[in-house]
Amino acid sequence: MSRTSDLRGATAPHELHPAERPGVLVKPGADPVLRATGIEKWFGENHVLRGASITVWPGETVCILGRSGSGKSTFLRSLNFLEDPTDGRVEIDGVSVAADPFRREGKQRLARIRELRMRAGMVFQEFNLFPHLSVIENCIEAPLHVKGMPRKEAEEIAERYLDKVGLLDKRDEYPSRLSGGQRQRVAIARALSMQPKVLLFDEPTSALDPTLVGEVLKVMADLAHEGRTMIVVTHEMDFAHEAADRVYYMDQGEFAEVGPPEQVIDAPQDPRTAKFLSRFRTLGGKK
Amino acid sequence: MAKPLGQQSELAAAVAKNDRRRERAWRLHFRLVSAGILALILLFIITYLNVEATFISRAAPFILAGAGLTIGVSLLSITLATLLATFGALGRLSRSATANAIASFYVSFFRGTPLLLQLLFWYLALPQVGIVLDPFVCAVGALGMNYGAYMTELFRAGIQAVPGGQREAAVALGMSESTAFRRIVAPQAFRIIVPAIGNDFVAMLKDSALASAVTLQEILWRAQNIGRKEFKSLQTLLIAAAVYWVLTIAFTAVQNRVEARLAAGDRHKEVKG
Repeated sequence: MSRTSDLRGATAPHELHPAERPGVLVKPGADPVLRATGIEKWFGENHVLRGASITVWPGETVCILGRSGSGKSTFLRSLNFLEDPTDGRVEIDGVSVAADPFRREGKQRLARIRELRMRAGMVFQEFNLFPHLSVIENCIEAPLHVKGMPRKEAEEIAERYLDKVGLLDKRDEYPSRLSGGQRQRVAIARALSMQPKVLLFDEPTSALDPTLVGEVLKVMADLAHEGRTMIVVTHEMDFAHEAADRVYYMDQGEFAEVGPPEQVIDAPQDPRTAKFLSRFRTLGGKK
Repeated sequence: MAKPLGQQSELAAAVAKNDRRRERAWRLHFRLVSAGILALILLFIITYLNVEATFISRAAPFILAGAGLTIGVSLLSITLATLLATFGALGRLSRSATANAIASFYVSFFRGTPLLLQLLFWYLALPQVGIVLDPFVCAVGALGMNYGAYMTELFRAGIQAVPGGQREAAVALGMSESTAFRRIVAPQAFRIIVPAIGNDFVAMLKDSALASAVTLQEILWRAQNIGRKEFKSLQTLLIAAAVYWVLTIAFTAVQNRVEARLAAGDRHKEVKG
């Protein structure tokens, strides 16, 4: 859409406030929705994340690219503390949680992490729908038992999002009766039903049969275009190119390059990014 | 070479018919052999053992009268064991060192010593410290605690069999660990565990015979008692065996029902998208 303005190819500083950046649909003066600073992660001797930082403004879609094992999934999972980082801080919609590697903090921190998670909906590679609950029950489980929302209200909200992902007619089905693409769309509706400030996608199409990837990407692109704030770890170059406002390229636990897709994907400055992307090009992926 | 379609379907029909015929023959064969074994046993009893109809008609009702106690002890014990196993499994999976140590100690001790010894301990040893318990209470306590230890490991495995992504998805939605366990993990673990509880119940029906050692007047105690008195243990033990066997067959059938119903409950699981 109009977001992919011709101005975006210009080398605007990526951390510049988006209101000052061309072509991004963000209200001027808005604060970032999510800010993660200096995220470090050690798995034993293995230095997986080396001080990675990210800032995301409301309405932005950010794609994180990088080869397998570069740490991009670990980084995403650190944003809602599914992975407890060794150092760094994450702030989402005013809720701020710092790494606590020595576990000095107790219940209060856990409560803040839960606050933070309620603001960040997550979509997993393996869907992780609850198999013992129907589609609608999957969607209202957390609103009911986390937010304490009345059932009627929770169902209305969930139905709205099921309709958005095109699966309202599967309302009472069980996940196992759905195709992979349908399951992932339900997972998106489930995340949306908590009305989060930001959606985190962890390689949402990697576990899907190639014929089913399209329907999921389409739902995600629609969400991006209507101004949802999203962070998407993905290998889908076309999606990143079409839907992302900014692209982060991760290499060995740090971001090697950040910028609009036209810059990072089409004219990478960093040699590591260029090398990674050249593989896609040899496959004739990009127009 | 491709055959005409008509011929192919004829072939398929013939194959299916042949398969069905073989299946029927196999089942008939199975039943004949089973009936033969049973007939041989009965023949042996009738020919070589002094079968006295009057004695049996006296002994059988006396022994059978213990069945209620056997079933009662087993039901109460499996209930106690299930409760203990639930707490035990939570303890074994707990990050709390205290809870984990208590649960581990419980499992290790009660699995590491003979059930008969534990039973005798309740009945013979506890009175020395002033705790005198009814044989029924001893039986339920000993069986329940012993089975609880075994079932702790079973429950733990059941909980661990639920994919980690389920807990992750739940907490990512903002659920606390305990809510995630209660609402998401436990219901899925339950479906894995229930058939195993049924198995253990059937095993317990037979292990409850140990309670005869602490004078609980269940099936085996009655069979021994009347058999010794009249020097007809062979007859009475065979009667007791028959009672246990019938009970086992009956409860296995019940268990199969429950399992079938559980499977029907998540029939949708088998349908692949």
